[in-house]
Amino acid sequence: MSAPATHQPATVPPQPGASPDSGRRGASLVQRLVAMREMGILAALLLLLVVTEIANPRFLSAQNLRDLLLSASILTVLAAGQTVVIITRNVDLSVGSVLGLSAYATGTLLVKAPGTPVVLVVLAGMAIGAVCGAFNGAIVAVAKVPSLVVTLGTLYIFRGLDSLWASSSGRLQINAADLPNSFKSLGGASLLGIPVLFLVALVVVLLVGFCLRNYRSGRELYGIGSEPEAARLSGIPVGRRVFAAFVINGALAGLAGVLYAARFQTLDATAGTGQELTVVAACVVGGVAIFGGSGTVYGAALGALLLTTIGTALPQLGISPFWRNAAVGALILAAIVLDRTLSLRLARRLRGRNLRGS
Amino acid sequence: MAVDTAPAPAPRTSAEGPAASRLRLLGTGDGVITLVLVAFLVIAGLTVEGFASTRNAGFLLLDVVVIMLIALPLTLVIITGEIDLSVASTVGLSSAVMGKLWFAGLPLELIIPLCLLLGVVLGAVNGLLVTKLGLPSLAVTIGTLALYRGLAFVVLGDQAVADFPRSWTTWAISSIGTTGIPVVVVPLLVLVVITGVVLHATPIGRALYAMGNSEDAARFSGIDVARTKLWLFIVTGVVAALGGVYWTLRYGSARADNATGLELQVIAAILLGGVSIFGGRGGLVGVIAGVLLLASVRNALQLVNVPSDVLNIVTGVLLIVAVVAPQVAARLRRIRRPRGRPAVP
Repeated sequence: MSAPATHQPATVPPQPGASPDSGRRGASLVQRLVAMREMGILAALLLLLVVTEIANPRFLSAQNLRDLLLSASILTVLAAGQTVVIITRNVDLSVGSVLGLSAYATGTLLVKAPGTPVVLVVLAGMAIGAVCGAFNGAIVAVAKVPSLVVTLGTLYIFRGLDSLWASSSGRLQINAADLPNSFKSLGGASLLGIPVLFLVALVVVLLVGFCLRNYRSGRELYGIGSEPEAARLSGIPVGRRVFAAFVINGALAGLAGVLYAARFQTLDATAGTGQELTVVAACVVGGVAIFGGSGTVYGAALGALLLTTIGTALPQLGISPFWRNAAVGALILAAIVLDRTLSLRLARRLRGRNLRGS
Repeated sequence: MAVDTAPAPAPRTSAEGPAASRLRLLGTGDGVITLVLVAFLVIAGLTVEGFASTRNAGFLLLDVVVIMLIALPLTLVIITGEIDLSVASTVGLSSAVMGKLWFAGLPLELIIPLCLLLGVVLGAVNGLLVTKLGLPSLAVTIGTLALYRGLAFVVLGDQAVADFPRSWTTWAISSIGTTGIPVVVVPLLVLVVITGVVLHATPIGRALYAMGNSEDAARFSGIDVARTKLWLFIVTGVVAALGGVYWTLRYGSARADNATGLELQVIAAILLGGVSIFGGRGGLVGVIAGVLLLASVRNALQLVNVPSDVLNIVTGVLLIVAVVAPQVAARLRRIRRPRGRPAVP
């Protein structure tokens, strides 16, 4: 078998987890293309870092890198959850509102009971998110209604509940002074120089990635997204799996809410507004196909990291921060064009018409 | 066009001829949402103080104008099974460019055509990416949502341009005589009628339903799917740019963040009006009712001093009920008549 000519530089170091190193030959072509896709984002990310570092040698200081990882961690957790949903050919637009609800709940819990152990706070935030996710998932799975519409509805509902709660509790904003120190220190804490919040995001990504790849139910999610009808006919409990995907995504959005509370410490009912499209963008940039069936959580995490880095790098390059959104938009378009090209090439190869290589 | 002679492949609501579709109107989502709107207007008019006044009706209609305007082409896009999430960003970019050019000293008579031309370009970018490269419109327009909004900020930064001529800005909010009905409703109505005729009484309209139901079947019956979609995206771009011009005059301020998030409100209204997100189903009457229902529910709740948080909840609940109810109804029908047609997925 001759290796397909890749246009990626051969010197890109292998990313742990990005290239599932399987010995099985049948799947190897697909896997190589997926790995190539992730290498592509990684290369773009490294290129951006290197160029910015050349333009401004202080860019890659330890402090800046820590800030970068810190800023990326919330988006990364959201993107990991969203990936699970998008793989099943669904989407969850309510994650920004769930994040807001969970962040406000976290703040309220800590104001009312400052002694609550951090583990309990995290579990409470995730539970709230899971309930929201279960609501979404139940409507999508039971009523067979398109998730785009359902979660557009719950985007409004959860946000409304959040601000109703904030306005009726008489505490429109929870400030850093209201939160216990044990929780606040979490936001800036580091372990071996790496921010704790980023470590949390890393654990989430590795865990979700492992489950999607190695568990049967995880593989079934890809099957559902590739062809829901075929999945049903082959005995996969589609409704239950989709429901579970929404619950997992909700729980992770809830976790992101707790991380948000720990990082920003000033909480009102607007936390996370408009995040939903950034999250979907991170997934799309990371190679998660918007109509399901392909993509990995590692790609989505790299996408989140790349989007965050663009925001930080532009001012360092002397470019007005007003260009940030435009750059993100151009990146999304470039990513889907690339995906289309790769999938066309893959389809050609799988049909065996192009064995000579390129 | 070859569409005339080709049998349209089973568009469900409006292809059986106008008479039949009018008869069926009450049985479809169109009819239900219209009834809900009428019932709501009557109840609110009787119980909410100040709701039925001409002054309030004027405010309500002014708030509806841009949403209704953008909903017209976007409905057609959604009926073909595509989506355009970039409309609000197009509004913002058109507004920002309008402000920048006015600041540079150009006359409005020249600026407005330039903004519409910009709309053509923005719509064509969406359309070409979707039709030439075969990319999913959901992903493409999430990209251009960010891109166009970003360009708006590149053009105008966080500044606002507000010194537009009085004659234009007062026209934008003036009403016809003493009726309280805004002047802009007249051109809007013309556009509504044109859209309605195109969608429900021409081969083009039937082609849109056909494309939404089965793109392959539509192609085999001689419809140029790619070209039609490209034009739809271009029209959507132009109309959204027009929306940006009106938005700027209505609020007397050009800003890069004008109309942020409006895309979700427009889509919510369209879906509430019974248009299927998968394409192929729905009609303009329902969409008009959906837009008006959302706006009047919000307006009535504001009049009785319900906090704006509850408005969000009501919007969301209405949207979910609007999509869940037909599914439940279809399932009940299937239980009653087990040998009937299978429900649409």
